[in-house]
Amino acid sequence: MTHRSLNDASPTPQQTGAGEAPALLLKGIDKAFDGKVALSKAGFRLAWGEVHALVGENGAGKSTIMNVATGVYGPDAGEIIVDGRDVPLRSPGDAVDAGIGMVHQHFRLVGRFTVAENVALALHGAGRRVTLAEAARLVSEKSAELGFGLDPNAVIGRISVAEQQRAEIVKVLLLGARILILDEPTAVLTGDEARALLTLVRQLSRSGHAVALITHKLQEVSDHCDRITVMRQGCTVMDAVAMEETPVDTIIREAFGEVREAPRRQMAAPGAELLRIDHLSLTQDTPVLDDVSLCLRAGEILGIAGVGGNGQSELVACLNGVLRPDSGRIALSGEDLAKASPAHRRRAGLRIIPADRFDSAMARGLTLAENLALTGLADGRFGPWWRLSRRKMKQAAAKSLTAFNVLGGTPSTPAALLSGGNAQKVLLARELAAGTKVVVAHSPARGLDLRSARAVQDLLAEAVADGAACLLISEDLDEIMRMCSAVSVLNRGRLSAPLTGSDLTPNRLGELMVGHA
Amino acid sequence: MSDTFLAWLTVLPGYTLPLLLASLGLMISERAGVLNLCPEGFMAVGAMTGALAVLAGYSPAVAILCGILAGTGLSLLFGLATVVFRADHTLAGLATVALGLGITGVLGRPYVQKPFDGLTRLSETSWGEGLPRLLGQQNLLLPISLILVLAVWYWIFRRPSGLSLRAVGEDPAAADVVGIDVQLTQLGAVLASGALGGLAGAYLSVASAHVWVEGMVAGRGWVAVAIVIFAGWRPRGVLFGAILFGGAEAAMLRLQTQGVEFPLYLGAMLPYALTLLVFCIACARRGRDNGAPAALGRVYLRQDKH
Repeated sequence: MTHRSLNDASPTPQQTGAGEAPALLLKGIDKAFDGKVALSKAGFRLAWGEVHALVGENGAGKSTIMNVATGVYGPDAGEIIVDGRDVPLRSPGDAVDAGIGMVHQHFRLVGRFTVAENVALALHGAGRRVTLAEAARLVSEKSAELGFGLDPNAVIGRISVAEQQRAEIVKVLLLGARILILDEPTAVLTGDEARALLTLVRQLSRSGHAVALITHKLQEVSDHCDRITVMRQGCTVMDAVAMEETPVDTIIREAFGEVREAPRRQMAAPGAELLRIDHLSLTQDTPVLDDVSLCLRAGEILGIAGVGGNGQSELVACLNGVLRPDSGRIALSGEDLAKASPAHRRRAGLRIIPADRFDSAMARGLTLAENLALTGLADGRFGPWWRLSRRKMKQAAAKSLTAFNVLGGTPSTPAALLSGGNAQKVLLARELAAGTKVVVAHSPARGLDLRSARAVQDLLAEAVADGAACLLISEDLDEIMRMCSAVSVLNRGRLSAPLTGSDLTPNRLGELMVGHA
Repeated sequence: MSDTFLAWLTVLPGYTLPLLLASLGLMISERAGVLNLCPEGFMAVGAMTGALAVLAGYSPAVAILCGILAGTGLSLLFGLATVVFRADHTLAGLATVALGLGITGVLGRPYVQKPFDGLTRLSETSWGEGLPRLLGQQNLLLPISLILVLAVWYWIFRRPSGLSLRAVGEDPAAADVVGIDVQLTQLGAVLASGALGGLAGAYLSVASAHVWVEGMVAGRGWVAVAIVIFAGWRPRGVLFGAILFGGAEAAMLRLQTQGVEFPLYLGAMLPYALTLLVFCIACARRGRDNGAPAALGRVYLRQDKH
């Protein structure tokens, strides 16, 4: 097998031409962070010319092992062999020299720089002196070659996430990477963008690159990958198995243990009207929310589908009381809350699960007990104003953690140390506590592995079965279809009438999501 | 009136250059993400060392070099603390200022108030005799400083290594994964700020006052900190800010020597009041993005698990 590089502009290191040695071989990798084991004898074998899926739960060690492969973390033990050679990867620079490039989940691009400046920076870091004009030319060429249409002079912070990802891929390829690692690349993309990316990945592998794809989406794995490696709790449990020999349910069992199939929600008889939004409008330069009205009854989950950035975050902020709408009414059980403070809304029974839990719901540095107690401080549950009972906080927290099946943390664990799924459960434990009438959940399962996502969805469904109501704002149509009996679509700030029954199909939703009505 | 203006213009560089040099160095350091409150300390050791060197019989040029080295030495301590040992930038900066002022207080005491012949003015050189007063009163550090501003601008915005410097200040993780040595870059930037701070201090004693007095820096280092923020971390803004603040100080003293009745302490206070005022206006106009490097003051640790 011969490897033709797409990067004629750069030297290709370690080009043996033999091709028999794996592109990347990680053996017996151990890594612990402050005594907490992240990887234990983990391994990964990546061959030239393949697309290789790396699958596992949140916290299974996928990102950690790839960060070891790119020199970001030094392993405590183990071997790293690149194209048959033992390569010491002491720093990210060593990995770049070895032809390994990673597209991180959170792009490593400088937001204030242009695409060309970011590329020039990377090339400079790799010891290649290029002027900005040369960098811009390289970007244009590579971008045309890949069919990207990137503007080299566009500022990263002003272009879409998909374009940022393209810039990152162009950067990594211009650095001479022939081993590409993509960390959940499709998590931030729309369906079409994701398909385009996966097609590109296939092309790159055909031209001799080795591609590792970290992903949660098993559909992608079975459609686009040649082999699969599954990790679980820091160990490699399925090592480089060919896809065609492996039924997907085997993979699911290995990666996640037994997953309960989420019950499609039973239709309860709708109860009393809990939340009513009338003619809510908000303008920030342009109309962000345009005459949004909806009605939500007890025992009901109303889905709001739509591509992100069409007013979802603003709707949540208006409900939370952080943003003041220009006009409109928000009523909870008949009480007008449009001008009420966030604290007042919370007392009235309105609870919010925001899209970014650490941005606006939980504090990373506080312990789980403290995070859980934050919302109960005012009512004297944990002592009068002059005293805070840590004992009561911990007892209450221990109870919540058990009830919501939070793993990997005790009441005194800092929230930052929990994996995404467990942190989300802690947040749910707090928000679904007594007195909840309406839960507004914004992408509650985004970025979570299958099992955590199901657990989060089940918890929401249980709360609704107990008489609350839920407004589920999500970009994930599978989730919406499974959870909701009625779905509206938010498109450019306008909310469609809810679809129900036989009208509720993914196709119809898709039309409304991209419609220019 | 125009005489007054000309006189003001003549003394302007004397007040502007120390601010310019110190804030230029500071800007380099902060562009690399190291929040740097040290200029007051760098300037103090630079001023004292320069004066001591002249009093010890060295030429003014060598004395200025000594000032630069002293500032660099102090900045190395600050750099070790913040970049290598990852101390809090603000606290380390304040400690460095205290250290600089303390050292000068102890070592400089015997040499206080001893006038000396400092750096020669252009009119005193063999070739500069016929120069008009406005130019003749200046010294070589004026053109050197202006060239420095240009050079720093060119370096930061047009050279690959300048790009690396800015990247480290904006997003050290991004710089790290492309193979840039974050710590080395930051340390280099801190040393540059020390060198320029030392030069600014040496200018005060060797080129301007021709005497060393304890406390002669008199808060100029803090004004430099303000200038950099006012400038939005841009060389052009630094030049403009230094002229603005230096010019205000020069004008104040001019007015006093002209016999304008003015309470002394009110006059001394005015530059700071001006700082505050200009600041509020500049920040209010700029809105949310004040141009600060995104990772300014953040300690970067690669092994952090995100």
